[in-house]
Amino acid sequence: MLPIVQHPAAAKEFVNDPNRSRWHDQALWFVRSKRDKQAGSLPEWEYLRETASGIKTHTIANMAHYLQEFERNATARGAVVHWARDAEHHNEIVLRILRDHKTKRIVKSKSMLTEECGLNHYLEDNGIDVVDTDLGERIVQLRNEPPSHIVLPAIHIKKEEVGQTFHTHLGTDEGASDPKYLTEAARGHLRDKFLAGEIGITGVNFAIAETGGLVVCTNEGNADLGTSLPRVHIACMGIEKLLPRQRDLGVFTRLLARSATGQPITTYTSHFIGPRDENSELHIVLVDNGRTRLRESETFRAAMHCIRCGACMNTCPVYRRSGGHSYRATVPGPIGSVLSPTRDQNSYKSLPYACSLCGSCSDVCPVKIPLHHQLLAWRGELVGKKLLPASKRWAMTMASYLFRFPRLFRLVGKVGRFALRILPRWATHHRFNAWTIARELPDPPKETFRDWHRRHRTK
Amino acid sequence: MPVALFVPCYIDQLYPDVAIATLELLERLGVDVEYPDDQTCCGQPMANTGCDADTAPVARRFVDLFADFEAVVCPSGSCVSMVRNHYGAYFSGDDAKYQHVTSKTYELCEYLHDVVGVTHLDVKFPHRVSLHQSCHGLRELRLGQSSESMTPRENKVRKLLNLVEGIEWVEPDRADDCCGFGGTFSVNEADVSAEMGRARIADHCGKGSEVLASADMSCLMHLQGLIRREKNPIQVMHVAQILSGRPLGAA
Repeated sequence: MLPIVQHPAAAKEFVNDPNRSRWHDQALWFVRSKRDKQAGSLPEWEYLRETASGIKTHTIANMAHYLQEFERNATARGAVVHWARDAEHHNEIVLRILRDHKTKRIVKSKSMLTEECGLNHYLEDNGIDVVDTDLGERIVQLRNEPPSHIVLPAIHIKKEEVGQTFHTHLGTDEGASDPKYLTEAARGHLRDKFLAGEIGITGVNFAIAETGGLVVCTNEGNADLGTSLPRVHIACMGIEKLLPRQRDLGVFTRLLARSATGQPITTYTSHFIGPRDENSELHIVLVDNGRTRLRESETFRAAMHCIRCGACMNTCPVYRRSGGHSYRATVPGPIGSVLSPTRDQNSYKSLPYACSLCGSCSDVCPVKIPLHHQLLAWRGELVGKKLLPASKRWAMTMASYLFRFPRLFRLVGKVGRFALRILPRWATHHRFNAWTIARELPDPPKETFRDWHRRHRTK
Repeated sequence: MPVALFVPCYIDQLYPDVAIATLELLERLGVDVEYPDDQTCCGQPMANTGCDADTAPVARRFVDLFADFEAVVCPSGSCVSMVRNHYGAYFSGDDAKYQHVTSKTYELCEYLHDVVGVTHLDVKFPHRVSLHQSCHGLRELRLGQSSESMTPRENKVRKLLNLVEGIEWVEPDRADDCCGFGGTFSVNEADVSAEMGRARIADHCGKGSEVLASADMSCLMHLQGLIRREKNPIQVMHVAQILSGRPLGAA
């Protein structure tokens, strides 16, 4: 069983270090602002969102049909399609392919699906040397940390810390923090790894049922290099990556990079349709891992629209201040807080509450997932399953009672305001009153609006 | 048929002047307004915690209390959003009383802008003002265009404040980042909430604003608590107070 995540406690250290949380907030706000500029440059932006959402709804409704069409077409193009019911099954399939080829070294481009499945650790435990080739992923891999963001895996790490990590692992100069120098060093280090890689593993951004083809979007070109040098390419994808037709792709590539990083398009948008020649192999692993269950839920199904752009993380004021690791999940932020409890309600029950319900995520989402309404719906589910602490449930039951009996409400209000007026400050402002840890309480007025109204307006 | 004034529970208890200003403003504009005496709360605190069984009787009580009025006006976007967007879970769709109340409950600025059609206000407020756009007013009621959205919308709150003579607008860097109140979020996630609020205050103060104005007093209660603790040189005021001609410092 997974440990229970208490988001407020998990976020505490990060948020209470202003040097880190404010810097992190600014870095992500910068990305969000770039997104606004790019989205605003397309007059049809909202139309694209609507269209993308419609395509996803349709595809998910007809999932079995399109998956079979995809398998048929991919197979006809010479790819080998594998079906994985869960993370473990996925990892076994990948390991089996590696063993069939007697492979010891693989190069991997960014894939949140393989993070979700814990592939790196699984392969390492089985004696495989795994090298993440995305720069951010390589940084967190060297530091033995999980990514803190799905598009910007090392966004929580400052350049000075990257310098330290590279000094330890790559032998760069001590104290170096110049991004250009560090990137050059990483590039040199990765070049050797690319040349030594025997099999390339990539994620998938989009899979096209009509053609059996795959699309992988990167800025570093690492997926291309990682699949061009080795003879075998394993592409791992969640079944929700499917699109029906080639012409649907344009809708999504226009939305993806603009939403993710505020670029009009990723530097590389690579299309893989079958293995590249008769001496090569392309394996496609289609992974369910809870997606079918999510699809069955009327309330949360739209979360399958997600194209993993990360825009909801960049815009989320809670994510920006608490950092991605506070969510203790591969996918953090608003979409992560919707998806994680579908895996384990008890472990992730605090995540739907790590949200002020501001709604910015729902407005920024390129595929129109009603994220903040789904987070609110999760709260109802969790209370229904009695997973909210009894103290909080009780407080709400008491409040409900007060609001049903106006005379009681007025009496309690009167006593409360009177107490606030006469009690010394230390009795009301202390660490057990969470409101007052950082804030003053309001000055209690002598009369309520109702009292005033009775005195001034009652005929 | 008169219009009912709904005063959110915390405004009734802690910020009565916001409700008085709202009432005076509506009366001055010739609205026949009544205050049903037995009102309490819309149920949002329970609903946002996920306690649907505790919310349902409060929501039903609200609908019963306000069903006989032509409209319900409330100086809080958050409470109005609760009634308009979230009451559906507690009623059957063909319940006529529910249908009437959910479709005829207005946020104050929305009511003044859309229904009354105010074009003139004889009030002055000669101060540097910045607008805190509360999230529910903006993204649930669409009182203006959120910075994420590319659908053009006029900002009803700002349009009304533009009728006040003497306001010198000050624009924060982030037009509509959340202040971090979020109801029980403010105590559940007290550290993150306070940090979100401090960032908003620093943004508004940094631009030289004297008054942080908002159409939602709950955001302002949180921000005021932080401002007073940290002794920031800025005050908060509800938009109703400015529109009704209150001087600086009324909140």
